[in-house]
Amino acid sequence: MELVKPAFGLIFWMCISFGIILYILGKFAWKPILKMLSDRESSIQDALDSAERAKEEMKALQAGNEKILAEARHERDQMLKDARDIREKMIAEAKGIAAKEGERMLKSARENIQNEKMAAITDLKNQVGVLSLEIAEKILKAELASDEKQKALVNTLLKDVNLN
Amino acid sequence: MTNKINIYKHFLLILSLFVSFMVSAQEPAASSEQKENTSAEHKSEKFNAGELIIDHIIDSHEWHVAGHIAMPLPIILYSSDKGLSVFSSTRLEGGEVYNGYKLIKNDIVAVSADGTTDEPATEKLWDISITKNVASMFVSIILMLWMFISAAKAYKRNPGKAPKGMQSLLEPLIIFVRDDIAKSAIGEKKYKKYLPFLLTVFFFIWINNLMGLVPFLPGGANLTGNIAVGMTLAIIVFLITTFSANWNYWRHIIAMPGVPIGVLVILTPIEIFGMFLKPMVLMIRLFANMLAGHIIALSFFCLIFIFAEMNTGLGYGVAVFSVAFTIFMGMLELLVAFLQAYVFTLLAAMYFGAAIEEHHHEEAHH
Repeated sequence: MELVKPAFGLIFWMCISFGIILYILGKFAWKPILKMLSDRESSIQDALDSAERAKEEMKALQAGNEKILAEARHERDQMLKDARDIREKMIAEAKGIAAKEGERMLKSARENIQNEKMAAITDLKNQVGVLSLEIAEKILKAELASDEKQKALVNTLLKDVNLN
Repeated sequence: MTNKINIYKHFLLILSLFVSFMVSAQEPAASSEQKENTSAEHKSEKFNAGELIIDHIIDSHEWHVAGHIAMPLPIILYSSDKGLSVFSSTRLEGGEVYNGYKLIKNDIVAVSADGTTDEPATEKLWDISITKNVASMFVSIILMLWMFISAAKAYKRNPGKAPKGMQSLLEPLIIFVRDDIAKSAIGEKKYKKYLPFLLTVFFFIWINNLMGLVPFLPGGANLTGNIAVGMTLAIIVFLITTFSANWNYWRHIIAMPGVPIGVLVILTPIEIFGMFLKPMVLMIRLFANMLAGHIIALSFFCLIFIFAEMNTGLGYGVAVFSVAFTIFMGMLELLVAFLQAYVFTLLAAMYFGAAIEEHHHEEAHH
């Protein structure tokens, strides 16, 4: 029966001892230990989180790099293509302009030649006229140098008139 | 820091006083013990296993060391007539009367002048002696204080570092109690309030269980297998549960929601009975488990002497099996020591958890 009969003395000391140990351990052991444990856990968690974040950032950075590289490549291609287009266009334009200019120059040359030719012809005509007059004058002078010739001419002229 | 050191010193002082008192008290005991030896041997001619086992597992006013040597313990008595009286347990040895007190089996009774038991005076007598269990509890408490305060110091000394020594022994257990008992049973939000109590109960039970397994001084006291210890712890659990209980808890006890009145007539008394039954079960489980462990271990040893009484050779033969079984039981008891501490703490945490449970959790259960 003594086994199941709680002794007052033991309960008394148990209450006191348990109270004391609960208080002292609560204040001087559990509080600092639990605080340190949670601090350490949170610091480990933080470290893990930041590592994870760094990894994510790394990945993002890499992806960004890739994107930038792809963009740059694309841009380069675009630029090359543009340059090529511009070159083609310029060449085509230059060709067009050159052809037109040539045409124009040819045309003006042809006009010039024509003009020169006309001027030369006119000049020639004038000179031919002057020369003809001089020749005619000289011939007349030679024909009418003597009185007999003048008389012969008048006679011929009169002869023609007589016929009429 | 100084505050803590002071408390430390204080405890060491108390411990040293305690020890020196015991040693000094033992001096006069030695001679009387020698006289007792011869008479005791004659008395216990027939080996009585039951008596021996009971003697070992119940509380006692002296701490048995070996053979007929026992460490005397201080007896502290208070009665309204005589006031406080403190003396060594050697004064009452062998049924002697001292200061009007006499030790009958393990109970101290008041005796009148002619040597007969004075019943009315005994009724008024409060025995708060430092018994074997109390002394063992003091030792375990000093051990715990040393363990945990030194661990706490180690945490402060190198914060954020990996644990070392005592720290690394205790840390997994502390985390186990915190995460697997407190957090899982009470819940993430409110467990912090109960954690100091749960940790203290867990380590108190566990360390005392282990000390009970040590067969010599300062172990061997069957403290956790004593109903008074289980009762005190269970009452503390009951008080914490009752005082931290919220409206939801009381409503479920007094009138379970969604239950018709006819059923409530039966259910409410059961619920109220269950409220008291829970700590009772807590007490009985710890008490019975630890007691049973001690009884089994002692029974195996008693077998040796029972058989040796028939035949000495038989005794030696049985001793081989007994020791083997005791070792096996000792291993099992190591597990039980931990398991009982765990179960007690877990159930206490679950009772706390049920007491502060919010309504929506309840709904999910049904």
